[in-house]
Amino acid sequence: MSSHESETPTPRVVRVASGQGFWGDWLEAPRRQVEGGQVDYLMLDYLAEVTMSIVQKQKERDPRMGYARDFIGAMQSIFPAVADRGVKVIANAGGVNPNACADAVLEAAEQAGVRGKIRVGVVTGDDILDRLDELLAAGHPLANMDTGEPLTSIRDRVLSANAYIGSTPIVEALAQGANVVVTGRSTDTALTMAPLRHEFGWAVDDWDRLAAGIVAGHILECGAQSSGGNCLHEWRTIPDLANVGYPIAEAMADGSFVISKHPGTGGRISVPSVTEQLVYEMGDPHAYITPDVVADFTSIRLEDAGENRVRVHGITGGPPTPFLKVSIAYRAGFKAVGSLVYAWPDAMEKAQAADRILRERLDRLGLRFDQVLSEYVGATATHGALAGDGRGAPEVQWRIGVRGNDRAAVERFTREIAPLVLNGPPSVTGFAGGRPKVEEIVAYWPALLDKRAVTTAVRIQE
Amino acid sequence: MKIQLVDIAHARSGDKGDTANVGLIALKPQWYPILAHYVSRERVAHHFLGQITGDVVRFELPNLYALNFLLHGALDGGGTLSLKTDAQGKVYSTALLRMTLDIPDADARAVGLPGA
Repeated sequence: MSSHESETPTPRVVRVASGQGFWGDWLEAPRRQVEGGQVDYLMLDYLAEVTMSIVQKQKERDPRMGYARDFIGAMQSIFPAVADRGVKVIANAGGVNPNACADAVLEAAEQAGVRGKIRVGVVTGDDILDRLDELLAAGHPLANMDTGEPLTSIRDRVLSANAYIGSTPIVEALAQGANVVVTGRSTDTALTMAPLRHEFGWAVDDWDRLAAGIVAGHILECGAQSSGGNCLHEWRTIPDLANVGYPIAEAMADGSFVISKHPGTGGRISVPSVTEQLVYEMGDPHAYITPDVVADFTSIRLEDAGENRVRVHGITGGPPTPFLKVSIAYRAGFKAVGSLVYAWPDAMEKAQAADRILRERLDRLGLRFDQVLSEYVGATATHGALAGDGRGAPEVQWRIGVRGNDRAAVERFTREIAPLVLNGPPSVTGFAGGRPKVEEIVAYWPALLDKRAVTTAVRIQE
Repeated sequence: MKIQLVDIAHARSGDKGDTANVGLIALKPQWYPILAHYVSRERVAHHFLGQITGDVVRFELPNLYALNFLLHGALDGGGTLSLKTDAQGKVYSTALLRMTLDIPDADARAVGLPGA
């Protein structure tokens, strides 16, 4: 710190830590974030596009389910920090059943002997499944954003429907004294922006600061993906990923923040590691649209602020659109993927021969699919012809998948792989896993909905 | 001189539906103009010819020394519909880094490209 800076009072810093980048992320991360150093808030992102349909299916089987169960384990591992040290938790773990999720948190708190110290704020209103017909009748087309198709074409196959809601109900829950906020389908970025709005009192039309909150949220929402995980830049030299530190945003009232991690942890926070996360899943960088604000990612300034510290500032934003994005999941047929491994010599040629044979057999059986896709893992599966033709590969995994509406056809396909071990090309192995499983496809239907059609609610439960 | 993108840039990719995005980031700020000039929308579309079924859209982020490409129709339907190993477009990033640029020696020397 320069002598000039040391004369000015230290601005208040609010520390928001990322503890989960998706449902399935490192179980250790939440506890490590609250125990490794000072944090004020822990944000946990559990929901991906497909997650809502998974939890909807679970709720259909058991009305007390339908949320991210991992969250309960995470809470058990951090109750001391929440109950006694004032760390607040914000998670979109509620899935399609935030109330049941809150019940489960309080039950776990009871068992841990901290029930009196946990106030759960439950955010609802995002779930529009039961309102779909009413919304359609009221003139909301809910057409597919990508294809323009009307929702009526898949209406009878819809499993779940949720509007992505913004930070406002989370801010309300915090204002009402919640120390654990559970939401359904709130945006990933709202989980970080809401505590900053709450702490700094940013106005709902303070576009630049709100945009800064969104950028902080984008950097935190994928967990260690901004602190050295999945980082291509100088990946060999990124230290101690076994002990990786998840990112923390140290935010200030002016909308600037520093991305850091706890001392003594592995990974790396650098301008390149943060940049990689900023461009992840990016669309038009001039308009990163959220329910609260449209952030301009071309305004972001990054600078090195010391070891494992990156300062982020200069962010601008503008007013949001009149719409909320809606995520609808629907049944879309069946799929199965099978594979065999072919070894040198001529591994690629043998795999391609097997593929021709299987396709001929599927034809002769009269099986029809919407799609049959063959890939050659170890040769061209991910980079296609850019990776060459696979000749000379020491081994190739031939991977073939089908999808279609006829479950019986997909089922029959799964029985046609194994015979090739004895009646197809030689030097074949890798069938230990048995027949492939037929999976029902739950596809994703993105749509827009007039904001005025969605009303959120906040309830405190203790 | 010829130079492969992997030697002057890093990248990360992700998905939105059937679209993959690739963020291409210069390894050094002074190399960003090379990316901005040579890695055109047309060049990227040609690079992925036969692998994607839709258009390529390109955005510039000079503040991050990065370009962002949207590759439409890159994911066999995307999400859970896709049968691809890389259904979420996670490694389109390094597929783009395979691209080789042909750069006049003087331009390469001016910005200190490796091997120039």
